[in-house]
Amino acid sequence: MFRKFLRAAILLIAASMPLAARAATPLQLKSVKIDLPDSDKMFPGGPGSDAINNNCLACHSAGMVLNQPALSKQAWAAEVNKMINNYKAPVAPEDVATIVDYLTSLKGAK
Amino acid sequence: MDNSGPLHQIITRRRLMGAAAVGALALSRPGWAQTMIDLPLPGGPGAREITTAFPQKGPMILQRTRPPLLETPFEVFDKGVFTPNDQFYVRWHWALIPTDIDINKFALTVRGHVNQTLTLSLNDILHGLPSVQLAALNQCSGNSRGFFQPRVSGGEWANGAMGNALWSGVRLKDVLDKAGVKAGAVQVRFKGLDEPVVADAPHFMKSLDIDHARDGEVMIAYAMNGEQLPLVNGFPLRLVVPGWYATYWVKMLNDIEVLDQPDTNYWTKVAYTIPDTPHASIKPGETDVKMIPINRMVPRSFVTNLASGQQVKSAAPATLRGIAFGGDCGVARVDYSTDGGKSWQQAQLGKDEGKYGFRQWQTQLTLPSPGKYSLLTRCTNSNGVAQPDTPNWNPAGFMRNVVESVDVLAV
Repeated sequence: MFRKFLRAAILLIAASMPLAARAATPLQLKSVKIDLPDSDKMFPGGPGSDAINNNCLACHSAGMVLNQPALSKQAWAAEVNKMINNYKAPVAPEDVATIVDYLTSLKGAK
Repeated sequence: MDNSGPLHQIITRRRLMGAAAVGALALSRPGWAQTMIDLPLPGGPGAREITTAFPQKGPMILQRTRPPLLETPFEVFDKGVFTPNDQFYVRWHWALIPTDIDINKFALTVRGHVNQTLTLSLNDILHGLPSVQLAALNQCSGNSRGFFQPRVSGGEWANGAMGNALWSGVRLKDVLDKAGVKAGAVQVRFKGLDEPVVADAPHFMKSLDIDHARDGEVMIAYAMNGEQLPLVNGFPLRLVVPGWYATYWVKMLNDIEVLDQPDTNYWTKVAYTIPDTPHASIKPGETDVKMIPINRMVPRSFVTNLASGQQVKSAAPATLRGIAFGGDCGVARVDYSTDGGKSWQQAQLGKDEGKYGFRQWQTQLTLPSPGKYSLLTRCTNSNGVAQPDTPNWNPAGFMRNVVESVDVLAV
């Protein structure tokens, strides 16, 4: 069921309707086939970076995490636990503390 | 689908992407995030890429690549009340988003507590039901989350997780009537084609009460601003819930289920809840607060033709212009202040394109002498609700609507 991975590049097949045409004729939908870009950004190297790269990037790219403000260790632990408990992230139990420590060291509240 | 399969494939896919990234980047580099923007988020980080890498989209502020979170650059809102489709913000929860949609195969199912299950083709929807049009603002519950203090986790948006479009489509009521809602129906649940990466994670679904669903305003849109929706904005069908936060505006809508019991799914009952307090506001750290699902939007207003840090000529007439919205009703008035809120003057409102959409406002002002000025704007909606002058706070960063300011230097 998975779409074909990595088709050549970011290409759009669907053409948009010209402005003049859309006013005069009723809307006609056109099939769409695109490729969404992916991110190859990894978490900055350091103690625990393997654990976070291996456990977290399947569901979301790293940028989201790197854009977060500084948060307390408690807040980071709550975040990681939310991913596991609410969003079913299959994080290896032995990696949880490592990931929380990594995030606290990278983006901990001072 | 077995439990390990999809995740394994995704991880494999990610590694493949990594390995192949050199090639892909070489091909796409001209379009890929060459510019940066610095969002003024307290405490930072505010640096974001401006990306043009998303098909059918123009330059967007990259909050997250996968699943996509793309913010509308704020200057877009100065151009008019309708946000162009190619710069309309984008927000997805799960990474498995179909990227190949055949309009001849797509179907919308209406099922559950109904007299007859329906399977509607796009043709059935476009040509078999009365079409309606409505201008409406779509705003992320967490729009402006990055301005919360103390800061909270989540999509760290500035003010651009919103957009106004002229939606074309059909009334949800007409679709429900076609299926025939049975007595005893209490809610209607909506689901799209996107799927979680992890098989047992909660599929994104939202529900509305049956009376809301049948109010004749809630729509199933097949077009925005006269064109089909960009795929990442929910092609081919998107629920439009005028006056309500965007979490209810389910994208790639393909499943409508009429329920005879209240929806207890994660996304309705647990996620997207707010404190049941004025302005959904609590003190940081406060616990034991009753939480309710987020619902109606509240009024906001913004200056769009000046940005903080900009210089304005003193002792000379200048134009101040912006947008406002009432939230769950129209805009009654927009006032502005040049003295930090001590005195207020009324701005002129632009054309009313519909009570659920943006309303442009404008005024001429003269900043008397050189110096720093904080320009404030305040919308009062047609229900008499005005923007508050202190920011709200809640742990999810929802429903910011404080009076905003633009700090300029008159020279």
